[in-house]
Amino acid sequence: MTEKKNDKLFIIIAGLVIGVIAAALAFAGNPKNMGFCIACFLRDTAGGLGLHRAAPVQYIRPEIIGIVIGAFCASFAKKEFSSKGGSAPMTRFVLGFFAMVGCLMFLGCPFRMILRLAGGDLNAVFGLVGFVVGIFCGIFFLKNGYSLKRTYTLTKSEGYWMTILEVVIFALLLIKPAFIFFSEEGAGPGAMHAAIALSLGAGLVVGVLAQRTRLCMVGGMRDLVLFKESRLLLGFLAILVAAFITNLVLGGFKLGMMEQPVAHTDGLWNALGMLLVGFACVLLGGCPLRQLVMSGEGNADSAVTVLGLMVGAAFCHNFGLASSAEGPTPAGKIAVIIGIIVVACIGILNTYVKEKAAEAAADAA
Amino acid sequence: MVDARGLSCPVPVIMTQKAMKSNEDYYEVLVDSATPCENVTRYAESQGYKVDVERKGEDYLLKISK
Repeated sequence: MTEKKNDKLFIIIAGLVIGVIAAALAFAGNPKNMGFCIACFLRDTAGGLGLHRAAPVQYIRPEIIGIVIGAFCASFAKKEFSSKGGSAPMTRFVLGFFAMVGCLMFLGCPFRMILRLAGGDLNAVFGLVGFVVGIFCGIFFLKNGYSLKRTYTLTKSEGYWMTILEVVIFALLLIKPAFIFFSEEGAGPGAMHAAIALSLGAGLVVGVLAQRTRLCMVGGMRDLVLFKESRLLLGFLAILVAAFITNLVLGGFKLGMMEQPVAHTDGLWNALGMLLVGFACVLLGGCPLRQLVMSGEGNADSAVTVLGLMVGAAFCHNFGLASSAEGPTPAGKIAVIIGIIVVACIGILNTYVKEKAAEAAADAA
Repeated sequence: MVDARGLSCPVPVIMTQKAMKSNEDYYEVLVDSATPCENVTRYAESQGYKVDVERKGEDYLLKISK
């Protein structure tokens, strides 16, 4: 019983620390309400590497690098690092891709949604409503037997790739060769960032804490509904409370819908974007933050998901799917609808069709 | 006996939950990483069971009893 209490206390403390760090980073130079945003930062990193050419959002974000390396170190120290993979990699890639389409419709991953709420951005309330609906869509399939088949243990080297990749990207950030793109001063969110060491340090702390607590933004709501288990949701709420208080203290709280930083006011599409994110992430088994952490733990499937997120981000900016402060784009709306349909198909295929195949196999045997 | 090796959460917990509907006094759940091990343990304990974890190489065998 005491162990159980400690368990909850630990994730609350971790959530509080993460909330303070995330809110404070916005005062150290990151865009407002964007101390952390896994979607935005993967998008910026994709831009930095030239995978898309949207000049306002190009920067190699050390927070991402820190999270992966932090999770790698924590899992290694606790002997939890293990190279695993082989569970429907392409399906995960596609789910990652469309999760990003949803994130860039809303302009934030579930982590940034919390930070936007904590900053008084009421547009994020629409996002939250959509997010919860999306999670319920995913839970429907889980309850009916959805699963992406099992992973297998792979050769040791397989699990190191994501961490190696992050180290290489970090070197590119420091060396700044000519083929790496950085948003110019005043060009947009990509030009707004904290000092490299600060961003990296924040990422490392969040990476370690998220690895130890298994923190996940979709897991909270999901586990509460499925198992009446509130642990992960407590982490989610702790981040919200800590970021809210930090914003109040530092003067970053501004209640309202209009003129919120890096946000638009289209409630319907804020909700539909996050619906897609919640739905896709439940089928993936974790939010973008959790995918990053697991990729550091050696999970090759999560690494593929992260690549799906990055390619999704590149597509969003190459084909005008991403929203801006002016609002969503027509192409982005179509992409979100297609995404919801594709994710629903993935749910159906891996819940019902799969069971029939398994039954047929059992009959044959 | 529930074999949830290779499956990622929450699937191992859902499998355990479904198995427990038969209301027996003893179950075994086999998983292969730390997160499902913790989650299944947490769920079983919330249902009033006792859990003993045994490391079997890469795998964890959870012995769940009333």
